[in-house]
Parts: sequence; structure tokens; C-alpha cells
Amino acid sequence: MLTYTFRRLLTAIPTLIFISLIIFLLLDMAPGDPTAQLPLTIPPEVREQIRQSLGLGEPVHIRYLLWLKQMVWSEPVYYLSQSVDWISAPDEARLISWQTRAPVMDTILERLPQTLMVVGLAYVVGVLIALPIGIISAYKQYSVFDQAGTFVSMIGFSIPPFFSGVLMIILFTVMMPNDSFWWFPSIYDTTLVIDSWENFGKQVRQMVLPVMVLALQTTAQISRFMRASMLDNLNQDYVRTARAKGMTESVVVLKHVLRNSMIPVVTVIALGIPAIFGGAIITEQIFKVNGIGQLLIVSIQASDVPMVQTLTFIFAILIVFFNLIADILYGILDPRIRYD
Amino acid sequence: MTDTSIDARNDAEARNQWWDVWDQFKTHKGAVMGACFFIFIVLAVYVGPWIWSIDPTYIDVRARNQGPTWAHPFGTDQLGRDMLARMMAGGQTSISVGLTAMGLALFLGTLVGVLAGYFKRIDGILMRLTDLFLALPLLPLLLVMVMLFRQPLSASFGPETGIFILIVIAIGITSWMPTARIVRGDVLALKEREFVLAARSIGTRPGKMILRHVLPNVMSPIMVSATLGIATAIITESALSFLGLGFPPDFPTWGRLLFDATDFMQQHPQRVMWPGLAISLTVLSVNYMGDGLRDALDPRIRGL
Repeated sequence: MLTYTFRRLLTAIPTLIFISLIIFLLLDMAPGDPTAQLPLTIPPEVREQIRQSLGLGEPVHIRYLLWLKQMVWSEPVYYLSQSVDWISAPDEARLISWQTRAPVMDTILERLPQTLMVVGLAYVVGVLIALPIGIISAYKQYSVFDQAGTFVSMIGFSIPPFFSGVLMIILFTVMMPNDSFWWFPSIYDTTLVIDSWENFGKQVRQMVLPVMVLALQTTAQISRFMRASMLDNLNQDYVRTARAKGMTESVVVLKHVLRNSMIPVVTVIALGIPAIFGGAIITEQIFKVNGIGQLLIVSIQASDVPMVQTLTFIFAILIVFFNLIADILYGILDPRIRYD
Repeated sequence: MTDTSIDARNDAEARNQWWDVWDQFKTHKGAVMGACFFIFIVLAVYVGPWIWSIDPTYIDVRARNQGPTWAHPFGTDQLGRDMLARMMAGGQTSISVGLTAMGLALFLGTLVGVLAGYFKRIDGILMRLTDLFLALPLLPLLLVMVMLFRQPLSASFGPETGIFILIVIAIGITSWMPTARIVRGDVLALKEREFVLAARSIGTRPGKMILRHVLPNVMSPIMVSATLGIATAIITESALSFLGLGFPPDFPTWGRLLFDATDFMQQHPQRVMWPGLAISLTVLSVNYMGDGLRDALDPRIRGL
């Protein structure tokens, strides 16, 4: 298992390098010029110097290697040097955003908590709802509950987040009377500091709508998967054996069947995490959550190349990393899988 | 195909596999309803403009922000343009993008899948390529691609055709991977079958072999991924338009109409419903169709 993990880690490196190359080259064609916003009175030679200082004078391959070095070496070392004092900060300048002139990673780290809070919570909620639905649907196959579950997950698949989000806003913000308990704010207030129970309540309320939208998507997918996996196992011989031994139905289902059915579901849950970050771009846009998805959209519209490159690369790292996690988890959970 | 000769019915000769598939498809109620609805939507958006002949770009400022009336069954928008006409025009673009992008993705996926499955030498490299594409963050890359190539393509093909080509290609080259994987798996299994061996033993060339023997037998997974591909393509196009990075505002698509309507959500919530419902119901019907098709094409279930 350990050798397999190492081997997978090693193959992840060329994958990431290749993806970073694609991202870099694609964005290198961007039409935006970082000096276009500067006043016209700046003489051309000074303008050229500014371009040089932003690292634009070099040929493509040099710039790519410099960017890669900055991404995987300088920035991590910088953050290490901030936390431990026996590492000195690297000499290179930080990766600077063209739009805000602030270090790219600092902006991303500022935005990350909002995304993690909303998206992460939504994913947990979605999974927690999906698992029981999947189990009951499979146990009572073709019952009313199962049919309803199928229908609801079909709807969850079909209604894109940009419609379900807008629909939620209309239902719970526009149509609902303002003083009702069921009224929820449609705009996420990031400046809210949780220092009292009242503010905590506010925070919970403003998270309800985005979490609901994201959780609907997760629930639809995972509950279908859980159901299929449970159905595969419920017809197996070992279930009959367990029943024949006289075990109670709850032990048979929740202990024997559930444990075996969870193996593929856990990997699907792991695989879905990066996809949720991507899907959250739209949800963040609707509810004005200023997380990294919203940051990406704003940077794309302002053709802020370093920011977009870094964000896209982070998304790619997440995907590769969770693919790895899913594969390793599968090997650990299912002893029948032997990678070596 | 050959089993029909055992069939006692007289029409055994005229009957091919697809009639069996159709018979099975008809038993799936959701799928039939989905297919009917999809055909209805396609007819409504392509034939509808001949019956409902208001120009979707005609501005009638006096009639702006109207609710549903007989003159404008879906109401009008903030410039007084008729929403029904705009929905039809938008649907044409959305469904055309969906169908074309699905066709491109299917072509690429089938090409890669068949080549990887049939020719062992390029299998490794093609599948690594597929894995690489699966590891790409697709939505961010789509957004970036649209941002980068919008200007040059609009300049050379005109704003509407340019962005149409761009979005179709962008969606096509980012969604062929699942098809490629499924097709490759099926081709690998087919290659071991006796009829392929028989065909090879009489000297069939690889090109002929793929066209005559392999492709017809992998049609079922391709058709199922085609239906799912339409759904994802429509959703992706709407998402791009919704984020303001799709078609320009004068060319309505369902996503664009939804995006425009969200600004007036407080005053005119019904305007959000039409495009949203159209997208959701189309995708729902296509998904149900795919579900029924999958059951109908699975010979283990067929005939029950």
C-alpha cells in the first residue's frame, strides 16, 4: 500500500506539471496588458521598465519556469518563514496580482475561509442527508419513498444551481414577508464578526440559502450512488447467511450491508470535493459570497493573469489530490483491492 | 439481430434490433414523456417563431415590464421586448449549442475511445491524455477560454457565429472524456469476441473492421452518453451565459435571459421562471430519455 501511495504521488507530479503548463500557455495568450490602466503621461521607456518589473520581458519558457518556481517553492517558503523563525524569507518578489497589486496568495487566503465555510458545510450537510435517503431507498426498493427519492434526485440533477439559487431567493427573500422566521437574506455578509449569539444567528441565517442550493446537488448525486451500492450488496449471499443466523434486521443492514456499501460511496464523496469547488463558482456569484469562486470571475473579467493562473492551478491541485485520496481510500477500505 | 429468426412471428425478417429497443423504450413511462417533451420543446423553438412572428429584438418601450397578457403571453422585459419570442430565439441558440457541442464531444470521445481500445500501441498514451483532461478544472478553463478567444473569433466570424463556434468547441473539447472511457472499455471487450476474430481471419483491414464491426456494436453506450451530453452541454452553456461570459446580450439564450432577469427579481419574479423552467425541464426530459434508453439498450433487461 505504501509503495502504491508513493508511486501515485510520483505520477501526480508530471500530471500537475503538464496541467500547469496548459494553464500557463493558455493564459499567456490573454489580450490584457497590465500597464494599460496606467496614465498615458508615463513615457514608453518607463512603461517598458514597469513591464519588466512585472516579469513580462522574458521569453515564454523562462517565465513559465519562474512562475512554477514561485508557485511550488517561493510562496510555500514565504509562509513557512512567517510561521517559524529559523527559515528566512525567500529573496524573490511575491507573485503580484495585476489588479490589486497585492500578493496573489494573500488575497486567496483571505477569500478561502468564506468558500470553505459555505461550500464545506454544504457538502457535509448534503452527504448527511444523502446517506439515509440512499439506505432507505435501497432497502425499500420501488416503494413510495424510493420513487420520491428518485424523482427528487432527478430534479436535483436537472435544476442547475443558477436556477435553484434564484428560485430560493424568490421564495425565501422576495416573496416571504420580511419579519417572518422563514425569511433569509440573499446576500452573504462577509464582514459579520461572530462575537455574540445574535450575530451567530445572523451568520447561520445567511448561510442557509447557499448551503441549501449546494446541498441539493450533492444529495442528488450521493443518494443515487448510495442506493445503487446498497442494492448491489443486499442481494449477496452473505446477507442471506446473516439473516439465517438469526441476526436482527438492523444489524444485517446497518452493520453488514452498510459497511460494504460504503466502500465505493466514500471514494465518490472524496472525488466530489473538488467538483464542488468548481460548482461553487456559480453559487458564490448568486449569493454574493466573496470566496475564491467569485475572486476567479472578477479576475477573469479584469484579465488579471497571475490571479487566474494561480486559482486555476489550485483547482487542478485539488482535483489531482482528491483523486489520489479516493484511490488510496479504496485500497485501504476494500482488502480485495490489491494495487501491488 | 440473429435471434429474431427463432422468433415465431412472421415479421421476423423485417425486424431488426432497433425495433426491440423501441418496444422496450415504450414501456418506460418517464422516458416516453421525456422524449415527447423534448420533441415539443425542439418544435416550439424552431417552428414556433413562424407562428409567433413578433421580432424578439423589437423594442416597445411603452409596453415594458408587463406581466402575462394575451398580447404577450410571457410578458415583456425591461425594454418591452416580447418574452415569448425571446424564449424561442433563446431556445434555438441553447438547443443548437447543446446538440452541436454534444455531437463534437461524441465524435472526439468515440474517436479516442475506439482508437485506444482497438490499437494497443496508442492505448496507453490516449488514456493518459484522457486522465489529464479529467484532472483539468473544467469550469475555470472554460471561462478562461471564452475570455481569451471571444474577441478574435467575433472579429472574424461576426459576434453571434464567432461566440457560437467558440462555445461549441470549448464545451466539446472539455466533455469528451467519459464517452472515450466507456467506448474504450466496450471496444476492448468486443475485440475478444469470435466475430471479430472471424472478420480478421478473412483479411478485413482495421479501418473497415472499425466501421463495419466495432462501431455498430458500441452504438448503445454512445447513444446513452449522447443524451446525457445534450443535458450537460445545455447546462454548461447556460452557466457561461449566466456568468456573463457567454453570448452577447443582443443574442438571447436561456442562460442569458435568466441572467438578465435576476436584476429585476424583486419587481418581476415571474420573468426568472420562464428561462429557468425551460432549462430545467429540457434537461430533466433529456435525463429521463437517457434513463429509458439505457434500460432499453441493455439486452439483459430487454424483453421482460
